[in-house]
Amino acid sequence: MSGFARHRRSRRVIATFTGFEADLLRSLAGQLVELLRNEAAVPDEHADPLEALFDFSGPTTEPEDPVLARLFPTAYVEDEEAAAEFRRYTEGGLRDGKSKAACRIIDDLEEAGLPDELTEDGLMIDVELVEADAETWMRSFTDIRLALATRLGVEDGDEARWQSLPDDDPRAQAHDIYEWVGYLQETLVAALTR
Amino acid sequence: MCHDEGVSAASPVELEPTLTPEGEANLASPWVTIVWNDPVNLMSYVSYVFQKYFGYSEKHAEKLMLEVHNDGRSIVSTGSREEMERDVQAMHEHGLWATMEKAE
Repeated sequence: MSGFARHRRSRRVIATFTGFEADLLRSLAGQLVELLRNEAAVPDEHADPLEALFDFSGPTTEPEDPVLARLFPTAYVEDEEAAAEFRRYTEGGLRDGKSKAACRIIDDLEEAGLPDELTEDGLMIDVELVEADAETWMRSFTDIRLALATRLGVEDGDEARWQSLPDDDPRAQAHDIYEWVGYLQETLVAALTR
Repeated sequence: MCHDEGVSAASPVELEPTLTPEGEANLASPWVTIVWNDPVNLMSYVSYVFQKYFGYSEKHAEKLMLEVHNDGRSIVSTGSREEMERDVQAMHEHGLWATMEKAE
């Protein structure tokens, strides 16, 4: 595993994943899509059901799920009304964009040969991305890392805490995956900067 | 999962500007976009986003990124309320924790 690099001649951003790694990325992206589409971006319940039927606007209150609250932060700290308006106009579109970006990862991996069910040993997946798609992957890696970090409770300077966990602790494994996606993103940013 | 349109997609992508109360002169009272530190975003990524989205030089983007990292927050842009709403939305699109307020 060597992360992303920029191909000299084609200028494409390239990476090679094992079948296991590609399957893991697909699974992480898929979970993000599920989460983004699960807690529907709809406003609070209305007293009038007819009115509710004709209200196609977005939500006005912070999502309950801490991951979604981090992905869609409150824009106005001291003005509840303005924050609600901002959320109404932006959250739906942002959710859709993040969900489409995660789907881009899934589609690109499958187009590169990742089967629906991973059965074959020794399968390698070569990904070649044009710059715009590489940027989409990069943004989605951020969302995936924010989601993992929020679930795990990652904080600044807490490396020792994760290292002290026994290897078979699921949190240690999730943290390893978080670090791995961070490594991939670091190499992706470096490839795009070149 | 990725090809069933329906549940979410409805909301408008473009941001409708919040109405500015009458008589509030944008020039006299500009707004600012603030990006806050978080333990997740990579320094290289934050700098990349500042360069790409705002068109800042590498040097300026690095300076702002280090302010976020060291001071916990940095003012990354200044302008009208509508402009700052666009910037905050773009920062959220990139996974950065951004808020906006009136300039002091």
